[in-house]
Amino acid sequence: MTVSQETLDEIALSRDEYEAIIVRLGREPISLELGLFGALWSEHCGYKHTKALLRTLPNTSDRLLVAPGAENAGVIDLGDGLAVAFKIESHNHPSAVEPFEGAATGVGGIIRDIFAMGARPIALLNSLRFGQPDDARTRYLINGVIGGISSYGNCIGIPDVGGEIFFSDTYKGNPLVNAMCVGLIEDGKMASASAKEPGDLLILVGADTGRDGIHGASGLASRAFEEQAEMRSAVQVGNPFLEKVLIEACIESLDLPGVVGLQDCGAAGITSAAIEMAERSGMGLKLIIDQVPRREEGMTPYEVMLSESQERMLLAVTPGLEVPVFELFEKWDLDATVIGEFEMGEDVRIYDEGEEVSSTPVITLTDAPEYKFTGTKPDWLTVLQNADLSATPLPSESPASTLLKMLASPNIASRFPIYQQYDYHVQTNTVVEPGGDAAVLRLKGSKRGIALSTDCNGRICYLDPEVGTVIAVAEACRNLSVTGATPVALTDGLNFGNPETTDVQFQLTESIAGMSRAAEAFNIPIVSGNASLYNQSNGIDIFPTPIIGSLGLLEDVEKHATAGFKSAGDVIVLLGTDSVWDGIDGLAGSEYFDLIHGKVEGQPRIDLDLEIRTQAMCREAIENELVASGHDVSDGGVACAIAESAIIGNIGAAITEAPGDRWDAAMFGETQSRIMLSVKNENLSAIEALAAAQNVPMVVIGTVGGDAITFGGDDITVPLKDVSDSWENGFNRATSD
Amino acid sequence: MFPGTWSEKDTHHAVSGVLGQEAEYIWHGDEALNDYDAIVLPGGFSYGDFLRSGAIASHSPVMDAVKVFTERGGPVIGICNGFQVLCESGLLPGVLMHNDHLEFRCIWTDLKVENDSTMFTSGATNGQTLHIPMSHGEGNFQADEATIERLEGNGQIVFRYADAEGNVTPEINPNGSINNIAGIVNERGNVMGMMPHPEKACEKLIGGDDGNIIFSSMIDTIVASLA
Repeated sequence: MTVSQETLDEIALSRDEYEAIIVRLGREPISLELGLFGALWSEHCGYKHTKALLRTLPNTSDRLLVAPGAENAGVIDLGDGLAVAFKIESHNHPSAVEPFEGAATGVGGIIRDIFAMGARPIALLNSLRFGQPDDARTRYLINGVIGGISSYGNCIGIPDVGGEIFFSDTYKGNPLVNAMCVGLIEDGKMASASAKEPGDLLILVGADTGRDGIHGASGLASRAFEEQAEMRSAVQVGNPFLEKVLIEACIESLDLPGVVGLQDCGAAGITSAAIEMAERSGMGLKLIIDQVPRREEGMTPYEVMLSESQERMLLAVTPGLEVPVFELFEKWDLDATVIGEFEMGEDVRIYDEGEEVSSTPVITLTDAPEYKFTGTKPDWLTVLQNADLSATPLPSESPASTLLKMLASPNIASRFPIYQQYDYHVQTNTVVEPGGDAAVLRLKGSKRGIALSTDCNGRICYLDPEVGTVIAVAEACRNLSVTGATPVALTDGLNFGNPETTDVQFQLTESIAGMSRAAEAFNIPIVSGNASLYNQSNGIDIFPTPIIGSLGLLEDVEKHATAGFKSAGDVIVLLGTDSVWDGIDGLAGSEYFDLIHGKVEGQPRIDLDLEIRTQAMCREAIENELVASGHDVSDGGVACAIAESAIIGNIGAAITEAPGDRWDAAMFGETQSRIMLSVKNENLSAIEALAAAQNVPMVVIGTVGGDAITFGGDDITVPLKDVSDSWENGFNRATSD
Repeated sequence: MFPGTWSEKDTHHAVSGVLGQEAEYIWHGDEALNDYDAIVLPGGFSYGDFLRSGAIASHSPVMDAVKVFTERGGPVIGICNGFQVLCESGLLPGVLMHNDHLEFRCIWTDLKVENDSTMFTSGATNGQTLHIPMSHGEGNFQADEATIERLEGNGQIVFRYADAEGNVTPEINPNGSINNIAGIVNERGNVMGMMPHPEKACEKLIGGDDGNIIFSSMIDTIVASLA
């Protein structure tokens, strides 16, 4: 029997992969087995295009308790008996097809990864990318995604404390929805997603299994993606109430002596969850598929194995100790059903109605093929990089009105209209709320705190995937450093186009190389991650978007900085540069060039040594309590950074020097490694001494005060109420008519 | 606590961790209550808030016990979803509808104290504003005209949404509540419901500690009555 191309397409396996399966099994796979291979060899589960590259990422640290890939999420030691598990994950294609449920179940999925580690989820962040918001379909996607995140996160009692949102037409038909979750593990009570002994029972808890989400991993996530409205049934439907109850019950169950393992049932459903547990345990597994409680009648073993019904978890339980487990889940009104047992041997044996319907070695399923590649740099990229930025004329508008236009850009304007729809206070740990460079959370019972951020500028990664990814890491860390937190770990959400093209192969290879270079320079591990490929609109690959989630540690959470200016008379300084204003090279890949001139070109640059010195110096200044405010200089350059600190602090600023002839580059250039601080006058000499001692260039640029932002005396004056109006209402104006 | 409640730990931290009182969690299936001095119905999404916010929780076994407790004069405060449960149970009048803009709102609010003679506000003074966050999608308080007149006339309006100076204006109203109502008390004065979360304003480190004024008022009143 030869399998049809249609069947292979449905599960996203190539003809060569099918032939490889026959060789491994020594026979033709039955339909059920083909489904298992399709799911486990999907990009989402098997990482076949990225595994070889991901292996090169730095993953060692004294703080690392669980290595990347070993469990559902990496775990980092924070001291004081506390550890955190954290991870970022994409739900791009489901959100493109059905934005509300796609985003909601993305949040639900990453939360399960975290509490599967025995960690109580304490924070969520979202990194979102859409097309320009002047389009009706895009607005539908934006509202749906934000609504889905709001609905799921608010109901479940986990604060949503940060993230980013960025608009570019590269994401028009294929938005990116990446969700990050952070969980706290107390007193070393970490869980593992494995069984201890042959004979351990496999117990399914939570929701019944329905026909939703079949082929989610293999279909939606793993093939060339276009507008696939017919794939809606591959999107799961979430129930945050059930997940909330499931979190409480699962965390409580870890105190029972019989519970030895806990595993998330996510992409590729029971197939991926159970078989990965068997692999991790080094055991075989007998699965009794007809024991799985179903939501619908007449489901085939194939459908049960591949369903991605949400809010389900798997437990490994010592036989004889299962009764208290049933009682506990009963107390929470949740189903718990034995659906199999771990056994000696190396096969996954699937039983239906008393008969063995399939027996396959675990390793043949989980050891997905690996594709290695090294793309070459495309010629079009060299042309873009070599563009003469100075050939673009100044805009016809004045510096003041250009500043207002920049602040109103959907990529720069205040995100308050979005995050006011998310509960960011629940659990009462939020010290710095969303809206700053990074969120800061206290850890109850400890002096310590953590800072969290996500970052990635796809435009800059498009212009140079290696340097762009270094910059993404640097910015994600800089966002932490300006609050005073020391970066300790990263997670990465790789969002790329079709890996079967040489351009995307080049982007992936370069991007991972940049991530390695930057993480090694910062000396922090990448503890977890996720790859989403085949992100395209109208056949064009998205900008390479390696989103970096960062976690920082504050030894004393009381000593942190925030972005808003504080008091009149404070001195404003820039760290990381000795000039007030930026030069023409800073316009490479900048928001200004894109927004005002519609151009994405130039060669992005970063000096990593300078970056690391500057961040360290900034942290030391904050720890020594020399800093009134700290803000990263990034999108929109130094002019927008000044405006943001003024608006947040509700006080103006006077910048001494005028921006000169090429005022656009001066004000809006995005040269890296710059941090803006405001400091009390009496602390200025101490700041200067710190900068000198650490070989960090710095320059005094002006003073805080007044009700306007002025540049070079009266040269350029913009009333504070005007910049506030542009920045605060920019997002709503851009997303409504 | 009900399945889906998520503010119980925050409330426990505020009342016990910060204010040093003994506090226990009460399970929704409990049919009798121990010898408690006061009960808090915390925020969350009880039973997923299917049907209507607070509707299913109002029929849980523990709510019968709570009703008996209030009939004996026991103090009860319902916060956010707890307020919704109190209204659904008939322990407080009115109803909490979807916010008029139909979106969830998480913001800091300033609550003008309208009645400082209740056991929940004895530590405050009339006209004072309390800086306390809210976090809800269904906090739009409405009741028929006669009920509103009665509440206003009896001094049963405890808090209104205001600006930081205490001005009660339509612009500052975050959810469409009639007369900017943020919290009310029953006629007897022992049951209060409010949409904003005092337990989320219990320490300066997390943005403010005005919420403690409400819990401390309750504690002081109860301690005085036991003396």
